Amino acid sequence: MGRKNRGKKRAGIDKRAKAPQTETVLQLSGNYGLSSRLGTLVDLRRGEAGIVDRLDLPADDARRLMELGFLPGTRVTAGQSAPGGDPRVFQVDGSEIALRRETAKLLKIRRDRRN
Amino acid sequence: MSECHGCANCAGTAVAEAPRMAGTQTAVALVGPPNSGKTTLFNRLTGLRQKVANFPGVTVEQHSGIAELPDGRAVRIIDLPGLYSLSPRSEDEQIAYDVLTGHSRSVAKPQAILLVLDSTNLSRQLMLAAPILALNLPTLVILNLADDLQLRGGRVDAKALSAQLGAPVALVSARNGEGMSQVLDFLAGAMPKPHRVELPVLQDVPGCRKWAGAMGAKAGYLAPAPSKWTRRLDKVFLHPVLGPLVFLAVAVAVFQLIFSVASPLSDLMTDGFDASGNWIASLLPVSLFRSVLVDGVWKGLGSVLVFLPQILLLFLFIGILEDSGYLSRAAVIADRTMAHIGLQGKSFIPLLSAYGCAVPAIMATRTIENKRDRMATILIAPFMTCSARMPIYLLMIAAFIPQKNLLGGLLGMQSAVMLGLYVLGFLAAVMTAKLLKSTVLKSSRTPFLLEMPAYRWPASRSLGLRLYDRGMVFIKQAGTIILGVTIVVCLLMSFPLVHGSAPAIQNSLLGSIGHAMEPLIRPLGLNWKIGIAIITSLAARETTPATLGAIYGATGPHLQAALRQDLSLGAAIGLLVFFAFALQCTSTVAIVRRETGGWKWPILQFTYMGVLAYIGAFVAYHLIG
Repeated sequence: MGRKNRGKKRAGIDKRAKAPQTETVLQLSGNYGLSSRLGTLVDLRRGEAGIVDRLDLPADDARRLMELGFLPGTRVTAGQSAPGGDPRVFQVDGSEIALRRETAKLLKIRRDRRN
Repeated sequence: MSECHGCANCAGTAVAEAPRMAGTQTAVALVGPPNSGKTTLFNRLTGLRQKVANFPGVTVEQHSGIAELPDGRAVRIIDLPGLYSLSPRSEDEQIAYDVLTGHSRSVAKPQAILLVLDSTNLSRQLMLAAPILALNLPTLVILNLADDLQLRGGRVDAKALSAQLGAPVALVSARNGEGMSQVLDFLAGAMPKPHRVELPVLQDVPGCRKWAGAMGAKAGYLAPAPSKWTRRLDKVFLHPVLGPLVFLAVAVAVFQLIFSVASPLSDLMTDGFDASGNWIASLLPVSLFRSVLVDGVWKGLGSVLVFLPQILLLFLFIGILEDSGYLSRAAVIADRTMAHIGLQGKSFIPLLSAYGCAVPAIMATRTIENKRDRMATILIAPFMTCSARMPIYLLMIAAFIPQKNLLGGLLGMQSAVMLGLYVLGFLAAVMTAKLLKSTVLKSSRTPFLLEMPAYRWPASRSLGLRLYDRGMVFIKQAGTIILGVTIVVCLLMSFPLVHGSAPAIQNSLLGSIGHAMEPLIRPLGLNWKIGIAIITSLAARETTPATLGAIYGATGPHLQAALRQDLSLGAAIGLLVFFAFALQCTSTVAIVRRETGGWKWPILQFTYMGVLAYIGAFVAYHLIG
C-alpha cells in the first residue's frame, strides 16, 4: 500500500526543500549520489534505514518524539508493521516505537548512506 | 478533569502536609519512564501493603505502599506516573512535577527519589536523570532489568556511573530480586543529597541525549544485543498474514474465557448464593428482618461477588498479554480498524471483553495511556451487548418473535432479532465514539506513539498482586454501591408492611414508583409492571425476568403469554431496544465513577444512554405499533 505513490511524493518534498538543505544535497551528491535525498519515514521499506532530518510537528509533539529517540541526526530503521503498513514499528535509539502513517509522514529523513 | 473530587481527599491532605515530625514515616517517590519495570519494583518493595493513592486528575490510578526495612522501620513509597521527562506538559508530568517539587495538594513532598531506568536502553533512559538530579533531592538511580542486560551481553559499571552522576547507582533486577538489598540499604541509610555535577540545559532535548550518552560511555556502558526472541516473535506476531491470525486467536480466547469459563463460574456462584440464601431463610421466621437479610444483604453480596470470576480471569489474561509485551503488538494490529471510529488499537481488548461484562472491560481500559481515548472507550463499552442482557432478550424474543426460518433456513427469525440487537449495540457504540471523538474528547492531533517493549516472561508474583489489587478495588469501590442499591430495592419491595410481612410487589413502595412512572413510559406502549422491572433491573439487569415473573405471578410459557396479553409487538421490540441502549446497571455506573474519579462522567453517560434508549424504544413502538 502506498508504494505506488512513492516517487510522486518524494518529488513533491524535494521541490519544497529549503535552500540550505538543497545545498547539503548538492554538496553530498558528489560522494553519495541520490542516496542523501530527502524523504519521510513513510518512504522507508521494511529493513531500510534513514537519518532523521527534521520533525514537522507542533513543538510539544516533536519534543515527545525526540524524547523517544527521534532526534535529528539519529538513524531510524523501519521494522514490521500491521497489515497494510499502518502503523509501522521503527527501530530508533535502542527501542522500537510504532507510529501511524499520519505521524510518520511528518518526520523528514535523509537517506542513510550506509544503505 | 483537574478539579479536586471528594473532600475526603483534602481532609487527608491537611494531615499529609503537616511538617515532618519525629516518628513520621519517610516518604520516597518512585520515578521512571514507562516500561522501565517501575511497577514490578514497587510491588517487590511493598508487597500487599499498598493502597490506591489519590492524585487529583490522574485517571489511571497510582499506588502508595509501605516498604519494610530490615531494621523494622517503614518507608512510604509513592508510585508516580511513568515519565519521559519532567517538563510539565502532559497531565502525568504535571502531577509528578508537583509532587516532586512539593506543590501537590494531596501528597507531601517526598524526602528522596528512587529513579528507575531500564538498563537495556540506558543511553536514552538516562535523559530522565538530568531533570531528576536537578531537583537536588537524595536520589538512588536504579538500573533495572540487570538480568536482561547481562543475558544479552551488555554491561555497565555502576560505580563509575555513580561517580559521574554524583548519586548512588544500583544494578537491580526487580523481577528476580537481584540487587534489591542495595535499594533497602539506601532507604535505611542517611540518603545523602546528590553531589552537584554539570547537568545539561533541561529544555534542550538533543543536549540531554548527548549528556546521557556521554554519562553512559564514561561508565563503560555497552548496550546489549537486540533481544533475539523479540525479533523472532515479532516476525510471527507482526507478520502480514500470521500476525492477524494470532490476533484473531487471542480475541477468540478472550471470548471463550468470558463465555465458557467465567460465565458458568458466575452462574455457579449465583446458584450457590440463592441456595444458601434459601437455606438461611428456612432457618429464620418470616419477618422483615429475614427478607432484608436474605434478599437484600445476602443476595446483594452475591451479586457483587459474581463479578469476581470475570474480573479476575480477564485481568489474569490481560496481565499476561501486557507483561509479556504482546498487548502492544495486538494494539498495532488492531489500530487501523479502531482508528476508523476515532479510537486506537489499545481500545480493542477492553471493548471485546465488554461483550461479557462492561465492569471488567472498563477496569481494563487502564492499559490505554491516552486519556481521551481511554475515556471514549469507557463511555462506549456499556453499549456492547453484555451477558446480563441475555435473560431479558431471551424472554422477550421467545414471547414475541415467531420461530420462522429466514434466508431459506440459514437463519431463524429469533436468532435474527438477537443478532440485530448485537448489531444495534455495536452501531450505537461506533456512533457514540465518533460523536465523542469529534467533540468533547477530540484528540487534538496528539500523535499515536506506542513503544514496543522486549518480550518478557510474565512474573507470577506481579500478576498475582495485580489480581488481588483489582479484586479489592472492585469489592471496596463498586461492591459497596451495588450492595447498597440491592438493599434499597429490597426495602422498597418490603414496605409498606402487610400484617407484619412484605406486601405483594405491586402493593409495595416499588409498585407505587412503578405506577407513578407509568405516564413516562406509556408513550413507549409500556405499563407500570414493566416500569417496576426497569427499576429493579438497575440493581442487576439479569434479574429482570425473575422480577416480571414475580409481578405476573407466572413463569415460563405462562409468563410469555401474560406478556403478550399486556404488550403489543411494537412495545416489546421497543423494550428490547430500550435494554440494548440503556445503562441499566448500577455496577457499571459505580465502576465508571471509580475509574473516572468522579460523578460527572457516569451521570453524563447514564443520561445519554437513557435518552437514546427512550428515543429508540419510542421510534420502535411507533414504527411497528
